[in-house]
Amino acid sequence: MINLYNNYRFIILRRLTQVAVMLLYIGGNYWGWNFIQGNLSSSSLFGIIPLSDPYAALQMFAAGAVITTNLALGALIITVFYMLVGGRVFCSWVCPVNIITDAANYLRRKLEFNKIQKRQPASRNIRYWVLGLSLVLSYILGITAFEFISPISITHRAIIFGLGLGWAAMLMIFLFDLFILKNGWCGHVCPLGAFYSGIGKVGLIRVDHNEEKCTACMKCKEVCPESQVLFMVSKESLQVLDGECTNCGRCVEVCDDDALNFSIRKLQKEKK
Amino acid sequence: MVSDRRKFILGAARTTGIVALGGLMWSAYVDEVTANKLILRPPGALKEDDFLSTCIKCGMCVEACPFDTLQLAAPGDNKPLGTPYFIPRDIPCYMCIDIPCVPVCPTGALDEKSVTTNDVLDINIANMGVAVVDTKNCIAFWGIQCDACYRACPLLDQAIYLEYEKNERTGKHAFMKPVVDSDFCTGCGLCERACVTKKAAITVVPSELVLGSVGDHYIKGWDKSDEKRLESAHAQINTTEISKESAVDSLNDMGGLLDD
Repeated sequence: MINLYNNYRFIILRRLTQVAVMLLYIGGNYWGWNFIQGNLSSSSLFGIIPLSDPYAALQMFAAGAVITTNLALGALIITVFYMLVGGRVFCSWVCPVNIITDAANYLRRKLEFNKIQKRQPASRNIRYWVLGLSLVLSYILGITAFEFISPISITHRAIIFGLGLGWAAMLMIFLFDLFILKNGWCGHVCPLGAFYSGIGKVGLIRVDHNEEKCTACMKCKEVCPESQVLFMVSKESLQVLDGECTNCGRCVEVCDDDALNFSIRKLQKEKK
Repeated sequence: MVSDRRKFILGAARTTGIVALGGLMWSAYVDEVTANKLILRPPGALKEDDFLSTCIKCGMCVEACPFDTLQLAAPGDNKPLGTPYFIPRDIPCYMCIDIPCVPVCPTGALDEKSVTTNDVLDINIANMGVAVVDTKNCIAFWGIQCDACYRACPLLDQAIYLEYEKNERTGKHAFMKPVVDSDFCTGCGLCERACVTKKAAITVVPSELVLGSVGDHYIKGWDKSDEKRLESAHAQINTTEISKESAVDSLNDMGGLLDD
């Protein structure tokens, strides 16, 4: 039992925060809870503190919209927060799409698709192209280009405000990740994740690898949704400093050798 | 043997191709989904083009609305995805005097200034749309007595007034025809909601869609204030073959026909 808890402690915590965030928004919409209102695009905390998606704000800026102080402040608060805790903490601890893609990935492992399709046919850098393209299109069309197609927004709006055909977008992502591309949406395409990868480069909370304890079982690399960030495992004692790491903690909890742990970023480089 | 240079060039060309194709499909889709102009926005909304670039789709206006009038467009609604709208025949805008939906907007897509008079919020100057009467299917125009829309209007006798006219068919009754004054109509849709016909004979549509614009060529000569419109007008004089001289000379010029 303790072992079970140890192996799933972060995933449980993450699901709890993801569900709790959605529940607070739903409460804000349907039951008039005053804690947080709006949705992940923009919301107001306690009815005073503005919170806004900095990527949406960036698209609005590119589209030539007037940025209000309220919006700028909200985007700044969110940016600073994720700069501190690690950008893609949003992806693995808040974003509801993560639950869908994790489920697809879990099924993929259980059905052993990964053994059939070993080589990934697409580059993980696609997302940076999508990010760039979204800003260019926003500029050309004068419209927030990604916000009008974003399956992330469709999903959280579907949860908070009512479904519509929103389930189709969720299903699409699920099937895409299950059959077409491993970690397809979150790890290859999503420009919001790409944006937060950029912010997350300076994040202070970092997974730390201790090579001396590592037995090279490679369980961590198997569960990691961005396994390229764990390049140092069994080779070198290093902190995972890549912005693409989502701080999901899966590697920490599956490691039976205590070779991976959360740590605070070492600000000064150690002398060898 | 394939050289690295060839590989690099092919790779770059392929990336360019994919980005161009993706960009084309993406922009075509976004263009398509935002093309719907038949959509009624909350009070104080910016002009549609600006609204689409400024609305962040957070739904705070939807949550603020006490009558559940506003909805966010979900997939399948065939409206610009995630943006707020309302359907007056289902739930109209009840024109709250404190306009709770507008000040909560974090991006200014709902502009407080556009619904403020003398520093006080004023829903009566909102412009969500304008009501249009279908005179063929409005039973008041048949001579049946109905003033449902007129009674429902929050700006009664301003936005909708009744025009009385003798009913020549019966010779002893009157028509009471509802007429909308677009200067006052806010587009709240209470009239559309109240209309007694199966499908409403009075409908709210976005103002830009149905209201014309006179331009500089015509003024109300009897109305001093209307002449102000001409202050920004500019005259443009063309010189062509026949306008070189004065009009009379031009008309009398027979092109040398009478010259001897």
